[in-house]
Amino acid sequence: MGKGRRIYEKIVTGILFSSSTITSLTVILIVVFLFKEGIGLFNSTPTEKNYVIAVSKVNTVPIITSNQLADIFNQDITNWKQLGGLNDSIVRLTVNDLANIFTEEELGPNLEFLPAKVNEYIKATPGVILYLSKNQLPSNFEGRVIPVKKITVKDFVGGKHWYPTTEPIPQFGIWPMIVGTLMVTFGAILFALPFGMATAIFMSEVADIRLRNILKPVVELLAGIPSVVYGFFGLVVLVPLIQQLFKLDVGETVLAGSIVLGIMALPTIVTVAEDSLRTTPRALKEASLALGASQWQTLVRVVIPYSKSGISTAVILGIGRAIGETMAVLMVTGNSSNIPTSFLQPTRTIPATIAAELGETPYGGLHFSALFALAIILFLFTIIINLTVEIIKNKNRRA
Amino acid sequence: MTQAEAKNVNVWYDDFQALKDISMTFEPNTVTALIGPSGCGKSTFLRLFNRMNDLIPLFRMEGLVTVNGQNVYSKGVRLDEMRKKVGMVFQKPNPFPKSIFENVAYGLRVNGINNKKEIQETVERSLKQAALWDEVKDSLKKSAMDLSGGQQQRLCIARALAVQPKLILMDEPASALDPISTNRIEELIFELKKDYTIIIVTHNLQQAGRISDSTAFFYLGELIEYNLTKKIFLNPDNERTQNYITGRFG
Repeated sequence: MGKGRRIYEKIVTGILFSSSTITSLTVILIVVFLFKEGIGLFNSTPTEKNYVIAVSKVNTVPIITSNQLADIFNQDITNWKQLGGLNDSIVRLTVNDLANIFTEEELGPNLEFLPAKVNEYIKATPGVILYLSKNQLPSNFEGRVIPVKKITVKDFVGGKHWYPTTEPIPQFGIWPMIVGTLMVTFGAILFALPFGMATAIFMSEVADIRLRNILKPVVELLAGIPSVVYGFFGLVVLVPLIQQLFKLDVGETVLAGSIVLGIMALPTIVTVAEDSLRTTPRALKEASLALGASQWQTLVRVVIPYSKSGISTAVILGIGRAIGETMAVLMVTGNSSNIPTSFLQPTRTIPATIAAELGETPYGGLHFSALFALAIILFLFTIIINLTVEIIKNKNRRA
Repeated sequence: MTQAEAKNVNVWYDDFQALKDISMTFEPNTVTALIGPSGCGKSTFLRLFNRMNDLIPLFRMEGLVTVNGQNVYSKGVRLDEMRKKVGMVFQKPNPFPKSIFENVAYGLRVNGINNKKEIQETVERSLKQAALWDEVKDSLKKSAMDLSGGQQQRLCIARALAVQPKLILMDEPASALDPISTNRIEELIFELKKDYTIIIVTHNLQQAGRISDSTAFFYLGELIEYNLTKKIFLNPDNERTQNYITGRFG
C-alpha cells in the first residue's frame, strides 16, 4: 500500500510540475513571439519589397524619410529645395503615370521599352521622383535610386500619421493611438474614480451589512458582463446621447469611450478600494471616534490615509483594465486615426487598432509587423502598470 | 459630585443579555477597577460611558448612564462633544500611523482647534503628563509606529489627555505589555488620579489590587460586588467574589 501511495504522489507531483512549466513556457513564448514579429518593423525600409524610389542624377538630396515621401505625394512638399536639394519643382510619378505620358507603342505591347523610357524621362526631368518596381529599372539606369530612411522607434512612436496601406509609401506613426489610448483611459479614470470611491466608501463605512451584501455582488456582476455588451450599450445609448447633447456630427468620441471604459473599470476600483478600506483596524477607527472625531473626520483623517496604498492600487488596476480593453472602445470611439484634441473628437486606441486591422493584413508584411509593434507598446504599458502596483504593495508592506 | 453613574443598566446584543441591571457610581479622582472572567460584560459596561458600543450591530440598552451629570444616551446629545469629555485607552496600543506629534494633536484638530501655539503647548503638556515627553521630545516628527509597545501605549494615553477629558476609560491597557512597561503604566495611572477619574478593566488581579481605590466584580453580566478594593480583596461579602479572587475559577 505504501508503495502504491508513493507512486500516486509522484504522478501528482509530476502533473503539477508539468502544468506549471507549460504555463510559464506559454507566457514566455507569447512574449517572445510578440517581440519577434514586432521587432521586424524596425530597421526595414517602409517601401514595399522590390519597390524603389528613383530620382534624377542631378538631385542632391542624399536620403529621404517616409514622412517626406508622404508629404511629397500629398503635395505638401513641392520643391526639392524644401528638402535641402536644388531649386527644382517636384514631379511625382508612379509607373502608371508613365503609361499616360507615353503611348502604348512607345512602351511596347509587353512594356518591354518601359525601362528605356524611364531612363529617358528621368534624364529629361531633374525634379522627378518615380516609384517603381525593381524589375522596371533599366539595367543601365541613368538616374539614382534614393535610399529611404529605415523606420526607427522614434518615427514609430512619435509619428503623427497612421496610413499603413497607402501607396507608394505607408506611414506607421502611432502617436495618435498613444494619445487616444491615454486620453480614453484618463477620461475613464476621471469618471470611474469619484464614483468608484464613493461606492467603496458607502459600502465599507456607511451601508449596513444587509445593504452591503446586496450591493457587493451587484458591483461584481458588472465585471462579468461581456465587453461587447458594454460596447453595444455605448453605441446605442451613449453615442446618440453625446451627439445630441453636444450637437456633434458624430457621437463616437473619446468621451463615449471614456464613459464606457469607466463603467467597465468601476467593479475593479470599487472592489479593491472597498477591501482596502475595510482592512483599516477597528481599533484605529475607535481611537479616532473616542477622541471626539465624527464618522466623516475619521474617514478622511484615518481610514483613507490608512488605505491609501490600496486605493492607489485600485486606481492603477482600473487603468490597467481600461487600457487593454478592445471591443467596447472599438465600437464607440469612431476609429479615426487623427490625434484627438478634445474629448468630443473621435479617436482610436491601440488595442482597437490591432483588433480592427489584423484580420485584413497579409501575414509577414510591414503592416503586420507594425501591428505587432503596436502590441509591444501596449504590453509595455501594462508591464509598467503591473510594476507600479507591485512597488506600491511592497512599499506598503514595509511601512 | 459624582463623576459618572450607571443606573439600572441593561444591555442586549440581539437577544443575548450582556448586562443585567447594573447600578454604579464613580467618584472624582478615584481609580475603579472592573474585574471578572472573560465575557462577564465588564468591557461592554466600560464602553457605555463613551457610547463605543453604538458601533456594534444589534446593540440595545436600557437605563441611565451619566457623565458629569449629563445623560450620555439622551436624544439631543452630541457624540463628538460627549466623547471629548471621556478619554479612552485601548487594550492594544493603537497609535495612528502618523507622527508622534500628530497623534497627540489629533483630538485637538478634529475638534476644530487650529492655533499652532495652543496645539504645541497641549502636545507638550499631554506628553509630560503621560511621562513620555523626555523620551520623545527630540523626535516628535518620527512615526509613532517606531515607538516600543509601552511607549505607544503611553502615547495613546497622552493622546486621550490632550482633549482634557474628565473621565478616562482604560480597557486592559497593560495586557499587551511587558512587566516593565506595565509598571510604568501603573505608576502613570497613580499620577493621573490626581486630575482625572479613571475606570479600568483588567484581568490582572494584582494590578487591580495595586492601583485601584474601588473594585467591581462582574460575573455573567451581573455586578456581583462593588466595594473598596481592600475590602474586596481581603474580605469580600460574596462567595463568588471570594472564589474568583483566590483563583478558584476565572
